[in-house]
Amino acid sequence: MEEGKVFSQSVEQSAAAYAIIHEKFGSAVSAFDANETMPFFEVLDVSLWRDIALFMRDHAKLRFNYMACMTGMDYQAEEKLGIVCNLESLSLFNHRLAVKVKCARDGGFIPSVACVWHTANWHEREAYDMFGMLFTGHPDFRRILCPDDWEGFPLRKDYKVQESYHGIKVPY
Amino acid sequence: MGLLDAGIKNHNVLVTSVDNVLNWARLSSLWPMGFGLACCAIEMMATNASNYDLERFGIFPRSSPRQSDLMIVAGTVTMKMAERVIRLYEQMPEPRYVLSMGSCSNCGGPYWEHGYHVLKGVDRIIPVDVYVPGCPPRPESLIGGLMKVQELIRMEQIGISRADALKKLAEKSVDPQFVIERERKAVEA
Repeated sequence: MEEGKVFSQSVEQSAAAYAIIHEKFGSAVSAFDANETMPFFEVLDVSLWRDIALFMRDHAKLRFNYMACMTGMDYQAEEKLGIVCNLESLSLFNHRLAVKVKCARDGGFIPSVACVWHTANWHEREAYDMFGMLFTGHPDFRRILCPDDWEGFPLRKDYKVQESYHGIKVPY
Repeated sequence: MGLLDAGIKNHNVLVTSVDNVLNWARLSSLWPMGFGLACCAIEMMATNASNYDLERFGIFPRSSPRQSDLMIVAGTVTMKMAERVIRLYEQMPEPRYVLSMGSCSNCGGPYWEHGYHVLKGVDRIIPVDVYVPGCPPRPESLIGGLMKVQELIRMEQIGISRADALKKLAEKSVDPQFVIERERKAVEA
């Protein structure tokens, strides 16, 4: 967090929440990005993601009890895939944070947080369905929208539409 | 026009062909299968409901393909759904009719280029008799399409194929505008 900058009240609260996380996990998390729309930080040590999630949910001054959204991402230039989790503290605090977690593009792993927020169960399945990153420790890990025998991951930036599916022509 | 429009006089005796009676009976109780796939289904439900009242045509959705004569493909057909649509179509007893409702089931609609999971037209998997354009079509258009199916049934005869009936429909179809004008003039006169 840069010194001497004036943030809005909501970003200020999120920055305070980040400070608690940073104090506990140190270099495992990146610097705080005071984005006005959604302040965020990145988890640099991916293996600690579930511990960070549990800490964020259970710490008395954080209480991120609500996962509003979880989105998959394809960082093609960085050769990485990732997720973005929008976390909030419903009816307890006004802070909110987005957490970014990245993994390798081919066969990358991210620890599942389905045991922390049940919302993550289906969202992680959707992220896998569309982007193909794997979530370790997920209770029911399989595709959610596409058929089980679908080839490829449709929202990857280099996805090519398959010529046919079960003998039915796909392109127009 | 319909059989009853002819009026029944002369001691309730009506002379007509068997084809005519059979077709009249079939087209007056055209039961569609009650299933919808996307927003077109909302329009289809509105058409079934009291404002547009499809029941006055004898059209009444059935909850089993085995009791249906007509399949209204109302909405986006995904690749995952396509196989189910084929199975449902095969479960329907013949003679069966298919009405493709809306741009998505006609040709893929807005998903024609980037819809990786969308079937680009339901006619790729099952034969379609009537296409209703629109996104989604208004209830009036759907009723127009259903009346076209009724007209197709009216063209059928024992011993002629569906393809011949469709050909006959293309040649002998009634121009509704002409009928409307004629009726209006009759009222004015």
